Amino acid sequence: MYLQIIEQIRERVAVGDWARDAEIPSIRQLAVALRVSVITIKRAYFELEREGVIVTHHGKPSRVAEAPNLEKLRDEDLDQHLDRALHIGALLGLSPDELAERLERAAKRRNDEEQA
Amino acid sequence: MTGSAVSLAGVGKDYKHFTLDDVSLELPQGSIMGFIGANGAGKSTTIRILMGLIHQDRGTVRVLDNEMPAGQVAAKREIGYVSDDMRLYPSATIAWHMSFIASIFPSWDATYAAELVRRFDLTPDQRIKGLSHGQRVKAALLLVLARRPRLLVLDEPTTGLDPIARQEVLGALIEVLADERRTVLFSSQNTMDVEQISDRITFIDRGRIVASDDKENYLDRWRRVRFEIPEGATVTAVPGMLDLRGSGRINVVTVPNFTDATLPLLQATGASITAVEPMSLEEIFLCTVKNRREGVLA
Repeated sequence: MYLQIIEQIRERVAVGDWARDAEIPSIRQLAVALRVSVITIKRAYFELEREGVIVTHHGKPSRVAEAPNLEKLRDEDLDQHLDRALHIGALLGLSPDELAERLERAAKRRNDEEQA
Repeated sequence: MTGSAVSLAGVGKDYKHFTLDDVSLELPQGSIMGFIGANGAGKSTTIRILMGLIHQDRGTVRVLDNEMPAGQVAAKREIGYVSDDMRLYPSATIAWHMSFIASIFPSWDATYAAELVRRFDLTPDQRIKGLSHGQRVKAALLLVLARRPRLLVLDEPTTGLDPIARQEVLGALIEVLADERRTVLFSSQNTMDVEQISDRITFIDRGRIVASDDKENYLDRWRRVRFEIPEGATVTAVPGMLDLRGSGRINVVTVPNFTDATLPLLQATGASITAVEPMSLEEIFLCTVKNRREGVLA
């Protein structure tokens, strides 16, 4: 469950709802607001601090990091999806080149949809 | 200082057809514990013992710094207890009950009570006998919540509630924890409720504690692993892994103590890992009870 909270918070930081270096809710405040347990938020904050997205100080309000390193996280996320795509591709007997072709087709389709 | 609000050590109680044995658990102040188990697992017996309503045959029970059952009078001033077998006066109104409780407990918070009436969608002038099950549960909860007790003990507060009433009740319980000196213990058969709002989980089966731990740690230890084996190979059971299922090359196994060493153990049997999935509390609960009853898990 804390993984879902982490994803929500990363998203808020990414779109700027939680601005850089801004104060963020205390663990208990956020637990009440999201109706989840204190331990879940605590765990999420702990992981987010390790990732460099937020900064926590004992006895002081937690804040968004001055330079939250979301690009690196997105990068790792992308790598995982690419690994997965390779795995499924292998099951379908597709070579990496054929996969790359599929990716280009997907990009074109998306582009067409956005134009329409 | 944040000590334990509830502490049980080696508690046991013998009945003719049921034994509660060696129950030990710690509930730190400022947290919510969800107490789960099947019907007849010993949840209510444990709760009644810690309330001093029945006396244990062995072991020690401390609740808010009072030894139980000896200190139950002092402890109960600061405990709010709700269970299904508690009866409100059928012909009296909700408002009558509110002023009755307010006259006994100086800690009664009339503003908070009024807010709960609104949030729980209750009508104070209504008599108890005209209330639905859900309204009765919410009225009983309101009567203890508005006292702002240091410890709330709730025996199956969400059983029989519709989804809307359940979320109202869970929301009110979480809010209690905004004050870090207050503590909640609730039992439930609904693992989703426990998974949503608990800090700690205690899991009881057939009168024994199966697990009592930090919720996220507990969930984190369990994983379902999907893997493939080479064509023609037969799958090898790895000690400590449960519910190996599969046909042909694709297999699934449940791992109750997932660590960094788990995947190498599986890979050493020739398996190639395709997915490692977290499990819901419901799945863990079912797997644990099933394997205990089959004698696979202690």
